[in-house]
Amino acid sequence: MGNMKPEKMRVCATTGLPVCLNAELFIKLNAVFGVVSLLIGAVAAILLALTRWETVALLDPVDYYMVISLHGLNMLIFWILFMEMAILYFASTTLLNSRNFNNLLSWGQFALMLVGMVMVNYSVLAGRASVTMTSYVPLRAEQEFYLGMILFAVGALLGTVNFFGGLYIAKRDKTYKGAIPLVVFGALAAAIIAVFTIVHGAIVLIPTWLWSLGVLESPPDAVWYRLIWWALGHCSQQINVCAMVAVWYFLATLTTGAKPLNQTVCRFAFLLYILFINLASAHHLLVDPAVSAGWKMWNTSYALYLAVMASMIHGFTVPASVEVAGRKKGMGGLFGWLTKAPWKDPGFSAFFLSLVIFGFGGGITGVTLGTHQINIIAHNTLRIPGHFHVTVAGGTTLAFMGLAYYVVPLIFRREYSFKAFARLQPYIFGFGISLMAIGMTLAGSLGVPRRHPDIDFTGAKIVADLGDAAPFLAMLGIGGVIAATGALIFVLLTVHAVFLGKSNKGRAMESWQTPEQSKLTANLISTKWSPNEPGLKPKGTVVLTFIFLASFAVYYFSNWKALIDVWPVK
Amino acid sequence: MSIFNPPARWIEAPHGFERVWMGIALAWCMVLSVAMPYWHFTGKQTSSGEAYTLEPGQFEARIARFIEANKVGERNYVPIVQPPPGSDIYLIGRNWQWTPILKLKKGVEYRLHTSSGDYQHGFSLLPMNMNFQVVPGYDHVITFTPAETGEFNIICNEFCGAGHHQMTGLIIVEE
Ligand code: HEM
Ligand SMILES: [Cu+2]
Repeated sequence: MGNMKPEKMRVCATTGLPVCLNAELFIKLNAVFGVVSLLIGAVAAILLALTRWETVALLDPVDYYMVISLHGLNMLIFWILFMEMAILYFASTTLLNSRNFNNLLSWGQFALMLVGMVMVNYSVLAGRASVTMTSYVPLRAEQEFYLGMILFAVGALLGTVNFFGGLYIAKRDKTYKGAIPLVVFGALAAAIIAVFTIVHGAIVLIPTWLWSLGVLESPPDAVWYRLIWWALGHCSQQINVCAMVAVWYFLATLTTGAKPLNQTVCRFAFLLYILFINLASAHHLLVDPAVSAGWKMWNTSYALYLAVMASMIHGFTVPASVEVAGRKKGMGGLFGWLTKAPWKDPGFSAFFLSLVIFGFGGGITGVTLGTHQINIIAHNTLRIPGHFHVTVAGGTTLAFMGLAYYVVPLIFRREYSFKAFARLQPYIFGFGISLMAIGMTLAGSLGVPRRHPDIDFTGAKIVADLGDAAPFLAMLGIGGVIAATGALIFVLLTVHAVFLGKSNKGRAMESWQTPEQSKLTANLISTKWSPNEPGLKPKGTVVLTFIFLASFAVYYFSNWKALIDVWPVK
Repeated sequence: MSIFNPPARWIEAPHGFERVWMGIALAWCMVLSVAMPYWHFTGKQTSSGEAYTLEPGQFEARIARFIEANKVGERNYVPIVQPPPGSDIYLIGRNWQWTPILKLKKGVEYRLHTSSGDYQHGFSLLPMNMNFQVVPGYDHVITFTPAETGEFNIICNEFCGAGHHQMTGLIIVEE
């Protein structure tokens, strides 16, 4: 029994799922401004990539610092959080057969986030806040920058409150039977971590804002600021991981009919994220003063790396479920489920590339760089952006792009045009971002710093030179331009579809897959079957996970080996 | 199905390879956890985070005394100092410059006190790529032993304002 008034809902013509029209409005609003942020971030990205490519050296330093602030904020904060808000609306309504909790709250969420985003972008573009997204004190931005960030965060908090309220009324009205679906569970994990994150944001940004206003005489203590800021900064990455994994499960189901082998295991893994992530701010303080070695080691391992274990579990269960679905459809051999997968469906390719790039790129580098002693040869070098562009860009962003290829036809009820470009887009973005990240990582291994527009150190009193890194910086530049082109293609296609695309009201969306593929997938979604039937064993995934583990070990131990060459230091 | 409610009895123990993989993942995480304390006690490189809080102006005064007592020359207006081998040495990041230039002996352990006179900086020693955070208000003590002779640049890898990209310094190591 749903709780929606008939005039406030519609039934999706493709999936048969109920859609609350109020929630639909907020999904649209948030998604649109997410894409606007992505556009700003991608334009900035081209300028950054062309500056770090030393032979091009496009921007002068002062502009570089402004543009890097613009890029970090629009990408990591605005694009990602607007999209996550859209996901929360979707998960607490359609998937629970329930209505939006409170429209006033939702307007508050959207309005505050929009005002915050506009204030921050104004401040940065006017040259009043070139402090980069971390805004480490005692660097100081003008006050509207901090206020904008605070408003944006409060908006996001209202979004999570609305989400919890949505879960509550769905339960109260008994709109669904049994436990909540796995995707909603993932969104719930993300929302819980979000509350924790936003509270830290308030603790650190409010005093900083008061200082920028002149109400407080001195800025917060710089070490304290770093500690609390990273409780915000790192936990918000775990929100992104949760949201991304939830999107993986969602797209796996929609594009291949996959079913998790064991729901308990998947949920347990989300639970580990919630329990252990609050310790992770230590990752960023590994070579800081005034935090002890014992504290660093315990916290950076998130208490014995149990959150890493969670990611390794998802890294198996997600592809395994796709493989089992493939086998159920009769795809044989070790990797038939991969060779015959719907690679021309951008929902599928974006999801699967995201999984591979995040796992092999982001996961392995993240754990390695976050190792207490190895961090000595990585901290603040280009290896760090090399890591997070394969998590939050190649992973989360690519997954969200894949999601859009379904959200636009299903929620906006508009078809994408220029489908050939859409089918190629995930490959362009995924390839470019991976190439850029590899270039960054290699340059960083030579000591090339992050947030730095000029490795010739022009004008420095003492000459220094990092010329050896030139080929790797060229890789960064070329990969970056390809990736940003991929992002811009996505933005153009999506904006075109939303405003000018062919309407599909009252009809099922045009499938991205061949008629045969989509029939098989639809069959798996609508019939009852068990992923644990004999004969469906995910043997291919087993092979992949061992390749993964071997790559992990090789990368990890070769970093220890590199550390041996560094001067003795403590 | 991940988008539908799970079957009524969805709680079940993992089985098959899923269970094996969880075991492998847990074991690997234990290896990762043990590696850090192991290296901390047996390896030669770690970060102890030794630090002392500073009064405003205190570190600047200490740097001035340090330069006065040990100055042996200048390069492009940056003082060069040669402290007694094995002593406590001082380095400040300020105004987009690491001051002073340090002349050290190979194979001798030094206690390097670093701090900032303005914003946060990143102490980055090239080419071996050794990096530590430098924060105003804190004296961060990095105890290290130069292992090779030659000239080694220090650059800044924490964004510190308009002149961040020009911020360099130097350590000279002699036999
Ligand atoms: C569209 C393709 C992209 C390109 C070409 C690109 C390129 C770059 C470059 C060159 C830098 C500067 C590195 C440095 O000098 O330290 C950078 C920084 C950064 N990027 Fe991207 N990026 C892209 C997408 C993304 C996405 C999708 C996200 C997040 C969702 C993201 C998040 C960041 C962050 C957080 C920083 C660090 C800013 C800072 O240091 O303050 N990027 N990016
Ligand atoms: Cu600096």
